[in-house]
Order: sequence, then C-alpha cells, then structure tokens
Amino acid sequence: MNGLSKRSYVIIAIFAVIVLVYLVKLFRLQVLDSNYKLSATRNVLREVVQYPARGLVYDRNGELLVYNKAAYDLLITPREVSEFDTTLLCSILEITKEDLEERINKAKNYSTYKSSILVKQIPPETYALLQEKLYKFSGFHTQSRTLREYAYPAAAHVLGYVGEVTQGDINDDNYYGMGDYIGVSGIENSYEENLRGTKGIKKYLVDVHNRIKGSYLGGRENVPAEIGSNITSSLDIELQLYAEKLMENKKGSVVAIEPATGEILTLASAPSYNPSMLVGRVRGKNYASLIADTLRPFFNRALLAKYPPGSTFKVLNALVALQEETINTNTRFSCSGPASLPIRCTHNHVTPLNVVWAIKESCNPFLWNTFKSIINKPGIADEGYNLWRNHVLQFGMGRKLETDLTIENKGFVPEESYYNRFYGEHRWNALTVRSLAIGQGELGVTPLQLANYAAIVANRGYYHSPHAIKNIVDGTIDERFKIKNYVGIDTAHFKPVIKGMQMVVEETNASVFMRIPEISMCGKTGTAENPHGEDHSIFMAFAPKDDPQIAISVYVENSGYGAVWAAPIASLLVEKYLTDSIADSRKWVETRMLEADLLNPKKSD
Amino acid sequence: MPRRNSVWANIDWLTVLFYLILVFLGWLNIYSSVYNDEYQSIMDVSQRYGKQMIWIGAALLVAFIILLIETSFYVFFSYFIYLFMIALLVLVLLFGTEINGARSWFTIGSFSFQPSEFTKFATALALAKYMSSFDFKLERFKSLSVIGLIIFAPAAFILLQNDTGSALVYFAFVLVLYREGLSGIVLFFALLVALLFVFSLVLSNIAMALLLPALAMLTFLAFNPKIKHFLHMVFLFAGSFIVLFFLNFIIKEALSLPEVLMYGSVLSAVIALVYSLIKRWKNYATIALVFLGAVLFSISIDYTFNNYLEPYHQSRINELLGIESDPLGAGYNVNQSKIAIGSGGVWGKGFLNGTQTKFDFVPEQDTDFIFCTVGEEWGFAGTSTVIILFIALFIRLIMLAERQRSRFSRIYGYSVAVILFFHFMVNVGMTIGVMPVIGIPLPFFSYGGSSLWSFTILLFIFIRLDASRLEQL
Repeated sequence: MNGLSKRSYVIIAIFAVIVLVYLVKLFRLQVLDSNYKLSATRNVLREVVQYPARGLVYDRNGELLVYNKAAYDLLITPREVSEFDTTLLCSILEITKEDLEERINKAKNYSTYKSSILVKQIPPETYALLQEKLYKFSGFHTQSRTLREYAYPAAAHVLGYVGEVTQGDINDDNYYGMGDYIGVSGIENSYEENLRGTKGIKKYLVDVHNRIKGSYLGGRENVPAEIGSNITSSLDIELQLYAEKLMENKKGSVVAIEPATGEILTLASAPSYNPSMLVGRVRGKNYASLIADTLRPFFNRALLAKYPPGSTFKVLNALVALQEETINTNTRFSCSGPASLPIRCTHNHVTPLNVVWAIKESCNPFLWNTFKSIINKPGIADEGYNLWRNHVLQFGMGRKLETDLTIENKGFVPEESYYNRFYGEHRWNALTVRSLAIGQGELGVTPLQLANYAAIVANRGYYHSPHAIKNIVDGTIDERFKIKNYVGIDTAHFKPVIKGMQMVVEETNASVFMRIPEISMCGKTGTAENPHGEDHSIFMAFAPKDDPQIAISVYVENSGYGAVWAAPIASLLVEKYLTDSIADSRKWVETRMLEADLLNPKKSD
Repeated sequence: MPRRNSVWANIDWLTVLFYLILVFLGWLNIYSSVYNDEYQSIMDVSQRYGKQMIWIGAALLVAFIILLIETSFYVFFSYFIYLFMIALLVLVLLFGTEINGARSWFTIGSFSFQPSEFTKFATALALAKYMSSFDFKLERFKSLSVIGLIIFAPAAFILLQNDTGSALVYFAFVLVLYREGLSGIVLFFALLVALLFVFSLVLSNIAMALLLPALAMLTFLAFNPKIKHFLHMVFLFAGSFIVLFFLNFIIKEALSLPEVLMYGSVLSAVIALVYSLIKRWKNYATIALVFLGAVLFSISIDYTFNNYLEPYHQSRINELLGIESDPLGAGYNVNQSKIAIGSGGVWGKGFLNGTQTKFDFVPEQDTDFIFCTVGEEWGFAGTSTVIILFIALFIRLIMLAERQRSRFSRIYGYSVAVILFFHFMVNVGMTIGVMPVIGIPLPFFSYGGSSLWSFTILLFIFIRLDASRLEQL
C-alpha cells in the first residue's frame, strides 16, 4: 500500500504540469501579447461620423445664395430586420417593391450585421411620415445629412454643385470616407476645404450584433463636428439673374468683372440650369438629362468655350503698335473700302484715318497695316511675330488666368512653330497670318479672357486674376488675386484707344442699341466668322469711362453682328449694374433682347 | 456518542473555504458577464445572477444536509444511488427535453434538471464501493470488467444523449484506477496515443519520420540502459536506412525521403522484433512492437482524418492544433474567448468593465466561457489567482484522500479530485485555445443549478466522509 501512495505525487505532478502550462499560456496571452487588446477594441468600438453643416454662400451684397436643408438617409441592419409591412414602407418611400427588395439584397450582400444606407436623401416631409411609422420596422434607422439648397435658380456654373466622393477623392485625401459629400465644381469645389468644416466623431460601444450599448469612455474621446466657414462670393446675384434672363433662348455667355479688384460680378453661360436640379434624389435623373441635352447646358461656355475675338481684338493690336512705336496717334492709313487689300473693309467711313477713328470705325485696312508694322518691326517675320505674341499673352490670352473656378480653357494664340509646321520655317510673313490683325484666324479666346481684357483696358494697363470670392469667414483669400498684373503697355497709350471705344458706343449708327443715358461706356463690337454657322455676336466694354466699375464681355453664338445682340445686352447689364434700373428710353431695347429667341430662329422670321 | 459530536470539529474547513471562495467568485463573474443596467441588483432573481444566488443558497442547504447524514448511508446506498441515476439517464433519453442539441434535460415547469450532472458522484460512490469490497483484486479480469461497466455505462448513456463533453469526464477515473494499482504502462500508452494523435496531424511527414525512430531509440535507452545493446539498435537502424537509400537509388528514386526513413525504421523494427524473439529478449520485443504500433497508428490517424472525418470536425481539430485559422468559422468561439482573456492584461479592466464578454462577443459567457470574464475583468492577476485556488483545492483533496483509513473514502476522494480537475482542465483549456471546444462547466463558477449542486454534492460527501475518517466503516 505504501508503494501505491507514492502515486499520489505522480497525480499531483500531472495536475501541476497542466496548471503550469496554463499559467504560461495565460501569461503570454494576457501580458506579453498585445494583439488581443487591439482586437478587443476593434470588436466593441463603433465610430459614428458626425457630419458638419456646410458653410453658407452669400453674394457680394450679403444676399444668401446657398444654404443647407435637412435630408435623411434610411439605413438598414439586415440581421435585426424582422417581418415588416413592405407595402407600407414602399408607399412611404415611393419606391416599388422590387426596388426595395433589390436594395435590401444589396445591403445584405454588404453585411448582415453592419448597417448600410437603404435609401438616400429622404426629404423632410417623407421623413416625418417615416419617423412616425419607424417603430413598425425593426432593423431600420435614420441618419441626418445636410443637402444644399439654392435661394435663386441661377449662377449654377459659378456656385457649382456637391456630390458624393469618388474612390479617387478618398485616395487623395483621407479626410473623406465612403458616402461623404464633396464640392464637385465651381465655388463648392474651389473652397471645399473652407466650406466642408470638420467631421466629428462619436465613439460608441457596440455588442456583437452591432447594437449600441453606450458611449465609449463616457464620451471623452468624442470630437464634435465643426460647421464649415461661410463665404461671400463676389457675384452680384441681381446682375447674375438679369444676365441669365437676357441670355434666355440664346447660346453664349456673359462675364462681368469689377476692374479694380478682378472680382467676378456675373458669370453666365447660356443655356444654363437650375442648381437645385442637382440636389437630392432627383439628381441622377436630372444629371443624365443635362448631359444628354444637345445645347450642352452643363458646358460652362464662359470658361471653356474658345471663340475668335473678332474686331474686339483690334483694340489690343492698336495698343501693341503704340507701345512698340510702330504707329503713333498721328499715324494715318488710308482705306479703300471693299476694294482694300489684303483685307477689305465693309465699313463705310472717312479715309485716311487715325487710330481713334480706326477703332471707332473698326477699320480693317488700318489694323492690317498696324499689325504688319508690328510683325515687320525687327525685320524678320518670326521675330516680329514673337514680339506681338508676347504682348498678347500678357493680356491673359493663350494661357490660364488662374481663376478660382478650377476649370478654365487657356484659349489659343498660336506659337511660331505652329505656322512653321504649316508653311515651313521662314516661309511665312505678316501677310500669311493677316487674319490675326482683325481677331480672326486661329485665335481662340474665352469669354472670361475677353472680359479680363476689357478690365485691362479699363484699368489702363493691368488686371487682377478674375475670381469669384470676396470674403471667407475664418479664412484668407489667395494672395494671387491681390497682385496687379501689368500687361506692359504704357498708360498713355490707352487714351486714344479708349476714346475710340467711347465713340463706338456713342457715335456710330448702332449707338442707338447701346448708348446709356448719362453714363459714358467704352466698348468694342466684334463679329466673328466661325465654322459653325452664322457669325458670333461679340461685345466687350467697360463703364464709366473715367472711373470704371464694371468690365464686361458678351458672346451670343451664331446670331450676327456684335452691335445687334451682344452690345445691347452688355449695355443693359452695365446700366442695370450702375443705375439699378433701365431708363424708360431704353425699355424697347430690353424688351427686344428679352423676347428674342435665337435658338429657334424660324419663329422670329 | 462523542464521535458524532466531533463531526463538525473534524470537517476540513480549509476545503470548505476554498469551495465558498470559488462559488462566491463565480457568482460575481456571472453578475458581471450578464450585467444589465436595467437590473443592477445582484440579487434580482429575474436575472441569471439572481437565480444563481438562489442556486447557491440551495447548494449550501444541500451541503448542510449532506454533512448531517451518517457516512454509513453513502456506503450502504452507493449501488442504489448509482442504479437510480442510471435509470434517470435512461428516462431522460425517453422523456427528456433537448437543449442545445443534447437530450439531457428534464423540464418540469420552468425548472430544468440535468441528471447527467449527478451521475458523476453516483459513479464515484459505486466505484468506491466496488473497489473497497473485501478481497478485491484490481488485476483480475472480472474486476476490471465490472469497473469498466460501472464507469462506462453512464458515459454510454450520456453519449446517447449527444452530450459528448459530459461523457468524456468519465475518462478521468483512469487516474483513480492508477492510484489503486493500475499499471503505469496504461497511463504511458494513453499519453503516447494522445501525443501521436496530435503529432501525426501537426508535423510534416519528414518530421514524423525522424521523430518516430528517435522516440524508439529513447525508449530503448529508458527501458534498457545497456549501451552495447543500444548501439546494436543504432547500427541496425542506420544499416537499414543505408540499404534502403541504396535500393531507392536502384529503383530510380521512386520513394520520397520520409518514405525511405519510414520503411527503413519499420524494416529495422521487424528485424529487431524477430531477433529478440529468437533470443528471448522480452523487453526488446515489447519496444519493437510498440514502435510498429506507433507507426501504424500515426498512419491510420492521418488516413482517418482525411477520409472519414466530417469537414466540420476536421476544421475544429485543425483550428485547435493551429494548422489552419478561421476566426469567423470553427475558431470563432475560441478566437473571441482569447481576445476577451488577452485584452484583460495584467490587472484586467475592472469589475463590470469587461466589454467582450458583456456584449456577447464571447458565446456562453456565463456558463462554459465564464473564465473569459475572469480573464477580461481581473487580468492575469485574476486568472492566476483562480487557477491557484483550484490547484490548491485539488492538492488538498488528494492530501485528504491519502489520509483516509478506508479504501472507500480514499477512492471516493480521488474520484472527486480527478473529476473536478478534468472539468477544470478542459474548461479553462478550451477558453485559452489549448483544448477542443467541449461544453463542460467550470466547477463552482459556471452558471447553472444542476452543475453547482452536483459539484457541491460530489465535494461535500467527501468532506463528510473525511470528517468521519477515524470511524470504522
């Protein structure tokens, strides 16, 4: 028996070995290995993003343009869903049963435990109905989001729109997560970082079924959302509305700039669309129809369309020649009217004439001679061409103006090599590129560049990069907008040119359409031949002459003479901006412009 | 009757203290693992912790009654109690209710009762009674048969109830038999079988082919410390390896390296067997046979595992052995359990502050996985304290068993110790991922009336027996 009682030690040893193994294992598990602590936190922590309201957008006079409205997402946690009245839910949400089933299946595929969005952006009226009945639908809950709301059905191309982030956005900036909103274009895009605010986070403890059990650490690690900064746009919404109204039933664009600051007062591209169309659940449908529209309302002509500047360009050529001293204010060239070579002149006027009159009469032969004098100044055509081209580039053409509206076409001012390719090196001269003298040929200028050009003339030699921002709460406006960009033309040279421009408005046959009582406006018409049909009607102007408040460009596509459409529209806008009204004597011009339907010309015939 | 009065004085209060501490800690952890803000009182009987309090109260009453009963009652009625429990096991198979896939519950109203919990102490009593009978000899075939019947009859019925975990507990009695004189070789074989089972699944073929001859060599050394004979064996193995390598070269390397090693060792084992049989070296023959058996066993394990086991079982075993890991599939319970315990750190997250257990990441967190709550909220400090309490209780029980004069009391005492230990080993091992997920409760800790009462009865009968150890039974 004594021998066997020793076996108690064997048994105790077996117990001890196993206990020791367990203690070592527990020590490794609990003390040495930190992976399990991380897994545990991942298990129980649910971070719920708190979305801040986006900053508001005001116009330059403090009118509210863009604000927020509440919308609600309906979320589903498939595992928690019990049988429910599908018909009722469908009727509240106004969707079909098949649609609902498809959405639920999609959510199930994503995860049965985690919640995902079933229906996005439910308007408050529907939400009120839904909230009342939500107790009948277990496994469904809502989250609030903010959507953009627009006070005016205008300025869509400047304000831009807000959309859901793409995978690319998420990759570029880790601020964003799936389903977040981001400014896609216009001001919404340029000032995204100011407008978006800062997302907050609420940390909750969840159980294995992802049900919230309470706040994590008593909410100590919660970060409240910070509302986005409000911004003031430089737009004048009254002027913008008037511009869009005038441009109704027309194709083209209007850009108005405050010359002293470069602030964009109005930027309209016609046809346009109501910015509210791209908000909420109707967005997808509207987006598709806007994209499909053959008139391309989505295309921002003011920034992206390249047109020949036409005769408006004559002002620039005259200024360059004066600066290069290849002409002076006494230089006269004669005009043989329609018999002129190499460019004929259809404008019936006195001859010979000086630069002031040449601008007034838009004399082609004068400008041809002027242009030739610049190109031939160095003795070699391509050197002369580069001299001329550098001046043009300084006027902000053929390159981007670095506005804050993100998309921008740089236009087209051909390089020397462009002509070399066509004609061979040294095998072309002023005569070959003579169309440039009168703003035709290869030249391409955007309406924004044209308005900026008007602002340069108004400022007598410099410009601020055009921009649509005036003020950011808790933010600063980019330094580049404060810089005066001088174009390299002496102030003195502007005097005769501006005189000519004033006479265009006040002393020509077409003055009746554009002359504004008691305001001296300086402008230049243009009529651009183009391959798309009838000529584009072009006008650029600024006013008042001695204290310019507004510089403007107007393009009306395929409508004919500049003096007939673009000039009256520009004059109405200038008058409206400077006097807040249209003089009775000019009501007929306004009526004529408003009633014109240039998209369906047969009707007006 | 001075002795009767001395029952209370002779009670081993240390064991009772261990019992009370463990039960109290269990209750606290049940409270914490199912804690609910709406029902904050630990005594709220609508919640499990409130119910457990009732079970504890009842268990203490049962313990008290057990202590009042004369020891001769247990000795006299052992077989009767045992047969009664077996009858209940049969009845539960016929009339029982199925809970979690096991038909092992009687349900009367809202009250459920699991007879298989109570067959443990009954079996221990019957075994103690049989083995303490006059003129009992363990070596006899008849004795072994009856012992086998006593132990495996309840296990078989419990298996029929589809409650594998509870049935496995009866293997623990092997240790009791060992203490009472069963050959150590049985234990050795049990260990060898278990090791080979694990190794043949975990190790690669080449490792296995090297391990087996190495094991054989070591056994030779252990059992036969004559260097000369051992060297013979080494030469024999080496010779057969070389011959086989050469053969393999001739047949253009049709065999892989593990195969060469395996055939080589089998060949040398066969030679050794024949040689030692001729020479009548009994030890050599036994070892060679054991070796051959081991080779066959490991091959058959591999084969059975791949061809006969359900994928479900395969993945459970693979998960346990760390061959593959699927934290969302078969390994979910264990993975979550390890996360809960591992996240506790050294000092734990504090009472009621556990997140993994309370928020249901760990399944069965108040019954089979109650140890997770200890690990998460009390950290390594808590788990080691609980483990040390348990091992202290087990060692105390074995010391008490050893001091018994009567065989009956000693055998019963050992039974108590090994049954409790088996539960402890499997339950804790399961939560830390070193044992398969077998649903058996942690003694005194896990929620449930049946298990608490059965462990209480099991333990206090022994405390009662021990209190009367000086009496003649």
